[in-house]
Amino acid sequence: MTLVKTKIGRRAFIKNTSLAGGGLILGFSIFNSCKPKEAEKLVVQEMPKEWFEINSYLKIGDNGLVTIMAPNPEFGQGVITSMPMIVADELDVAWKEVLVEQANFDTESYGWQFTGGSQGIRRRWEGLRMAGATAKQMLKEAAAQIWQVSVSEITVSEGVLRHKASGNSAGYGEMASVAAKLEVPKEVPLKEVKDFTIIGKSKKSVENQKIVTGKPLFGLDYQFENSLIAMVEHPPAFGLKLKSFDAAEVGSMPGIVDVFSIKTLEDDFKRGYFDTNAFTDLIAIVGKSTWEVMNAKKKLKAEWEPIADSTYKMDRFGTEVDVEVPKGLESTDEHYKKMKVMAAKPGTMVRKDGNPEAAFKKAAKIIERTYTCPFLAHNCMEPMNFFAHVTDEGAKLAGPLQAPGLTGPTVAARLGMPVERVDIELTRMGGGFGRRAYGHYAVEAALISQQAKAPIKLIYNREDDMTAGIYRPSYHATYKAALDENNNLVAFHVKAGGIPETPLFANRFPAGAVDNYLAEQWAINSNITIGAFRAPRSNFMAGVEQAFLDEVAEAAGKDPIDFRLELLERVKNDPVGENNEYEPNRLAGVLKLVREKSNWSQAPSGTHRGVSAYFCHNSYAAHVVDVVMEGDVPKVEKVVCAVDCGIVVNPDAAANMTEGAIVDGIGNAMYGELTFNEGQTEQKNFDRYKIIRYSETPNKIEVHFVRNEIDPTGLGEPPFPPVFGALANALYKATGERLYHQPFISRKQVIG
Amino acid sequence: MAIFNLNINGSEHSVEVDPNTPMLWVLRDHLKLVGTKYGCGIAQCGACTIHLGNSAVRSCQLPISVVANQKITTIEGLSENGDHPVQKAWLEIDVPQCGYCQAGQIMTASALLNQNPNPSDTEIETAMDGNICRCGTYTRIKKAIQLAVANQNLS
Repeated sequence: MTLVKTKIGRRAFIKNTSLAGGGLILGFSIFNSCKPKEAEKLVVQEMPKEWFEINSYLKIGDNGLVTIMAPNPEFGQGVITSMPMIVADELDVAWKEVLVEQANFDTESYGWQFTGGSQGIRRRWEGLRMAGATAKQMLKEAAAQIWQVSVSEITVSEGVLRHKASGNSAGYGEMASVAAKLEVPKEVPLKEVKDFTIIGKSKKSVENQKIVTGKPLFGLDYQFENSLIAMVEHPPAFGLKLKSFDAAEVGSMPGIVDVFSIKTLEDDFKRGYFDTNAFTDLIAIVGKSTWEVMNAKKKLKAEWEPIADSTYKMDRFGTEVDVEVPKGLESTDEHYKKMKVMAAKPGTMVRKDGNPEAAFKKAAKIIERTYTCPFLAHNCMEPMNFFAHVTDEGAKLAGPLQAPGLTGPTVAARLGMPVERVDIELTRMGGGFGRRAYGHYAVEAALISQQAKAPIKLIYNREDDMTAGIYRPSYHATYKAALDENNNLVAFHVKAGGIPETPLFANRFPAGAVDNYLAEQWAINSNITIGAFRAPRSNFMAGVEQAFLDEVAEAAGKDPIDFRLELLERVKNDPVGENNEYEPNRLAGVLKLVREKSNWSQAPSGTHRGVSAYFCHNSYAAHVVDVVMEGDVPKVEKVVCAVDCGIVVNPDAAANMTEGAIVDGIGNAMYGELTFNEGQTEQKNFDRYKIIRYSETPNKIEVHFVRNEIDPTGLGEPPFPPVFGALANALYKATGERLYHQPFISRKQVIG
Repeated sequence: MAIFNLNINGSEHSVEVDPNTPMLWVLRDHLKLVGTKYGCGIAQCGACTIHLGNSAVRSCQLPISVVANQKITTIEGLSENGDHPVQKAWLEIDVPQCGYCQAGQIMTASALLNQNPNPSDTEIETAMDGNICRCGTYTRIKKAIQLAVANQNLS
């Protein structure tokens, strides 16, 4: 075989503006610094002498190896494997010939590199397929040119091009240099679902070998020559700010290099959507080793003073809004009292169908229940951290970020340099759950490096991480349902609110299934920072709505699955209203699948079953939870789950994430609780903040995916919210008590 | 400050640090062995688990001054080629999600199997309950330990 080798020297751009997923614009450009990191495959595979970049997502070596870039940051959801799988499938290359490399912050090449909101695969799906398919087309065209045959006669399989009539064949590596010079085709055929060879076939995570052998992968592991360690001290409570501090005493402690204050965001700075941060005035301690800086931090003396009411401007993806921050030292007891008062008043009406008032008056039976949940902390296992080396020339940063596309510009603005001079390496994240969308710690690291005039790695200790969080809010919801004399659901009323936001989704099930429907909301402002948390609003609403529907089904004398399916049949045939968010067939589909797979009507003896189903983040999930009593203590024995998230790219990894969502749901429902007293969190570390542990995990979790050919709709969030409801329903069966207040174990209360 | 000579993963190391410095930070900051993770600093999460002799210990609570000549093994030294039965089982079951806690999980599990090659479910629970996995991979950890036990018994 001949190696066709041509020196490359071109920049190819194509822009696709017609892609699915909310107007994704995908720019292909040449990737300039593709140095494959240490890869285990290199032990057995010889590296190519030269790489040829076909587009910003992939390059092909002269020996046929392919490096595929993973564009989104990885925090455990598996996109570093599944995204390259999509490219590789359309490229038609054998998976064993693929090396994967994590892309860094590069908006021009990779667009919106966001990990969160169950958006990764959904938004990348078509773009990644095109990256593979256009490259394959270019390789075919290269072969057609060399062999002087028609491109339509060339076939491809596992990285080998063939022309049957002439008997020619060549590996991708041989044609890569020619292909790299060709115009990127404007249109390419994408595969039929039935023709996928990699998508839908489970692949192991490409980083597991490094994980199980302890290789540096995470931000906290980041090494840089002569780098110092930095820690920050923030006010001990929400509602306080820095007044003064004594730099001299700790400045003379062993290993301490510098102590100073930083202001992370100026008061008049127009914040981006993920610039949430309660503590913008911090004390920074810089030193030679983590232990020495930790010791100095313990000794640091500072005075704090109350904040005043204030307002800042925020750019909410193009809309400027004023965000009010109230003064005060807040407490959980006060929060619950205030929520009770607010919930008793009329809320803001968001949706009304029919005449709920009249329907409730005529009802044969009315059920009304109130539910609450506390704040939750994310508690990523890897505490917040970031490396920064800021010089006059630019800023070099590295660390864990979910939304580099928004953190990058904030870092640049705060340093007063163009974003092009801010280089951010995206390290693997030790968990995220929404927390690392808020990149204030990267800004802090950059400012500390700038002032210390040194490369530094900022490390939060666990207490910093837990007490300066951006939490899942505390919520409250009241549900009311009316049944007629034939036990039909004739009216439904939901009123929900929280601190400091409402969790309401007015257009989700059972909206659309009930003639008389009313949804209201309210909110109580707070200075406690809140944000993304594996679907913060959905994970409350799914839990309580599904627990409430269980009670309504019981009052109606109906099986809880049959009851839901009847309502969904109504939505399918004769929906009420026009704005229902969900597809009734898909929601019914997961219920039917979980009914079948759990053998719903035949619970094993001694087990108590609960069911739930929910739509959020474009996907559908249903659970059957089996609880057994071990003495007086309920234990989840088994969970059977059905998910419809469209095409599943990497099934075993998807099952892993779903199993994790179920364990996470059980843990937070049972134990998760962050409480405040005088503005301070009462839990500061894992001694008081309980995370679910090994022995509390179900013995068995079964995950079943609905098989269909719908483009992927997202998986990180959807299986999580409904767990809370199925668990509550199973616990009711096990104990005879309905649970209305999370967490179930430490705040168990029953309304009679 | 004092000079300490340590035996880590079969080789000798010398470091000069404050005698109270926990082994966690000696490993991570001074020896650049960052596979051992910081999670809580109060022995609640298990991310920093290493072997002291044959026992799993939380290195965040182990001052360098008490180590003396006891052998230390970290995740980097658990096996030469990443092929300890527990590591192999972890790969086979595809256990990790984010992966941050997994070195600690593997070190706890491997110490357990070293001391008790056929642990009961209760013994596994007791050993593993000290290691938090925030991603919730416990069901796979269970499968991987069972697989490692089975493979160990075959070999």
